Amino acid sequence: MIGVVSYLTFFLTMAGIMAIITLGLNLQWGYTGLFNGGVVAFFGAGAYGTMILGGPAEPGQFGGFGLPYLVALGGGILLAAALAWVVGLLTLRLRHDYLAISTFGVAVALESLARNSQWLTGGARGMRGFPRPFEAVIESNFLFGVVFLLIVLAVLALVWWGIERLVHSPFGRALRAIREDETAARALGKSPTRLRLWSLVIGAAIMGAGGGLYVSYTAFVSPQDLLPILTFQIWAMLIVGGAGNNRGAVLGAVLIWGAWTLSGFALTRLVPDSMQLDAGSIQYILIGTLIVSMLLWRPEGLLPERISNPRNTTAGKAAPTSNKE
Amino acid sequence: MIQSILDGILTGAIISLGAIGLTLIMHMLRFANFAYSELLAIGAYAALVFDRLFSALVPVLDEAFAPLTLTGALALSMVIAMVLTGLSAVVIDWLVFRRIRQKADPLSMVFASFGVALIIRNVIVLIFGHHAQLYSQEIARATILSFDPLILIKPDQVFVLVLALVLMLALHLVLTRTTFGFALRAVAENPALAQVAGVRLTTVIAAVWIIAGSLSAAAGTLYALTNQLNPMIGPVFLLPVFAATIVGGIGSVYGAVLGGFIVGIASGLALLVLPSGYAPAMPFLIILAVLLVRPQGLFGEDQR
Repeated sequence: MIGVVSYLTFFLTMAGIMAIITLGLNLQWGYTGLFNGGVVAFFGAGAYGTMILGGPAEPGQFGGFGLPYLVALGGGILLAAALAWVVGLLTLRLRHDYLAISTFGVAVALESLARNSQWLTGGARGMRGFPRPFEAVIESNFLFGVVFLLIVLAVLALVWWGIERLVHSPFGRALRAIREDETAARALGKSPTRLRLWSLVIGAAIMGAGGGLYVSYTAFVSPQDLLPILTFQIWAMLIVGGAGNNRGAVLGAVLIWGAWTLSGFALTRLVPDSMQLDAGSIQYILIGTLIVSMLLWRPEGLLPERISNPRNTTAGKAAPTSNKE
Repeated sequence: MIQSILDGILTGAIISLGAIGLTLIMHMLRFANFAYSELLAIGAYAALVFDRLFSALVPVLDEAFAPLTLTGALALSMVIAMVLTGLSAVVIDWLVFRRIRQKADPLSMVFASFGVALIIRNVIVLIFGHHAQLYSQEIARATILSFDPLILIKPDQVFVLVLALVLMLALHLVLTRTTFGFALRAVAENPALAQVAGVRLTTVIAAVWIIAGSLSAAAGTLYALTNQLNPMIGPVFLLPVFAATIVGGIGSVYGAVLGGFIVGIASGLALLVLPSGYAPAMPFLIILAVLLVRPQGLFGEDQR
């Protein structure tokens, strides 16, 4: 019994972290129409940043400052935000696919940096031994899991609330205005490049927070956490749930993470031992098919965006249409 | 140093072949196609299948053209692979991209292209496995061009470079000397006006996919001939071909060719100072440098 509950807390914690990252992507793609091809890079910057600042010292390796937890987490978030700022500054005034290509490139570059920079990231074996928050106080492993789940849910609620506040502020309306009609927004004196940059940076900071939480939970990070599959999973979560609204993003995160975990279980049980190596490929094909079929048949997702207008409520709108050139 | 430049030119020729189609697609359909480099994988594996088939059925074809390791069977297979990959590119467009194009914005196509890439790559893994394969078990002997500094070159590499240049020249002639070439350039310039002038948009788009697919198949096969073939050929070439198109300027065929050589040579030279583990990040650094200095690329229009 306790095993099941303990597994459930693990599952929900991971789903919660995924949901936080999906909310970050929702701000970028759902509300602003920015294509982030390297979600995993900002997650990874947050994870490695937190680890380097707050982790234990390793001989012959930079970092291991052992800073207080919140300082380390804040540093990881800042690192993710700074990375997004640089990429955004270079690409946001150009055609939209430059951002897609560059963010994808950042993810590739970060992975090869993590794999090869022994002095900074511990190379392929990664970094371990992060002092988990409250771990010293709480003796039972199970109780720690529950407390951490509560922390993740609290952060999730905070991010949700923050984004809701943001998108219902004048800033959020301006974001949707540039997403729908850039020329009109520009004519009203809004600067699309600056607004997009802010959205990209804030979204990346949220993804970085997800990475920081992940390290705080597993106490371990390695280049295996920087594989592109995370980017695809987060996209699938947002597309399935419905871009442009936070309920959809969180629903999608729980559904896809559940489906991913279940399909992993099912494949290890059903597929013969000789084919276990292929199980991963089958999962990849499933997620690729899911992304393509959602875009073909239900681009608005399970919970479509509702454009609220005090005078005229028109429910149900298709997936975000980006700026026309 | 000279060896690095030489190797860079050879890789560059393959990247160029791959980038030509991508720059046309990105310009005409206005989306960054992340499934594009999987066409190299489709081509290279199609060539592998037919190569094995012909070698088994017609042993005469299995003789290598000395001093190359290229056999008649492989040469024939490459031509078939080019046709088949061109057709698969059209089919993929019909099944996915065209349908999304009709109802959604270009960014949805970018999402979809990642999904398509995942599917193609992992279907290839399921069929052929993760391990590396070779067209020929023969050992390609390198010719020593000079001892000090030591410069080596394999006959296969010379053949690859020559064939790549011939294909590019052929494309150049098609684009500049035929009615079809004019139609294609007209659509790239102004699709609406080209349609008014009686150019069928769907035909031209299909033709571009065929060109893109067949050149990519050639690139994939030539890469596998001089190196080895494994399912990661798609992801490995993804950033280099994007870098080549951005360096050359989106929409410029000549820019893509030049960009491919620049990316190849720059990556080759960078490995003189950097450990080889950083190689995957090189094209990204080139992209950043171009965006910083000249975002429209060498021959591109303003992309704001």
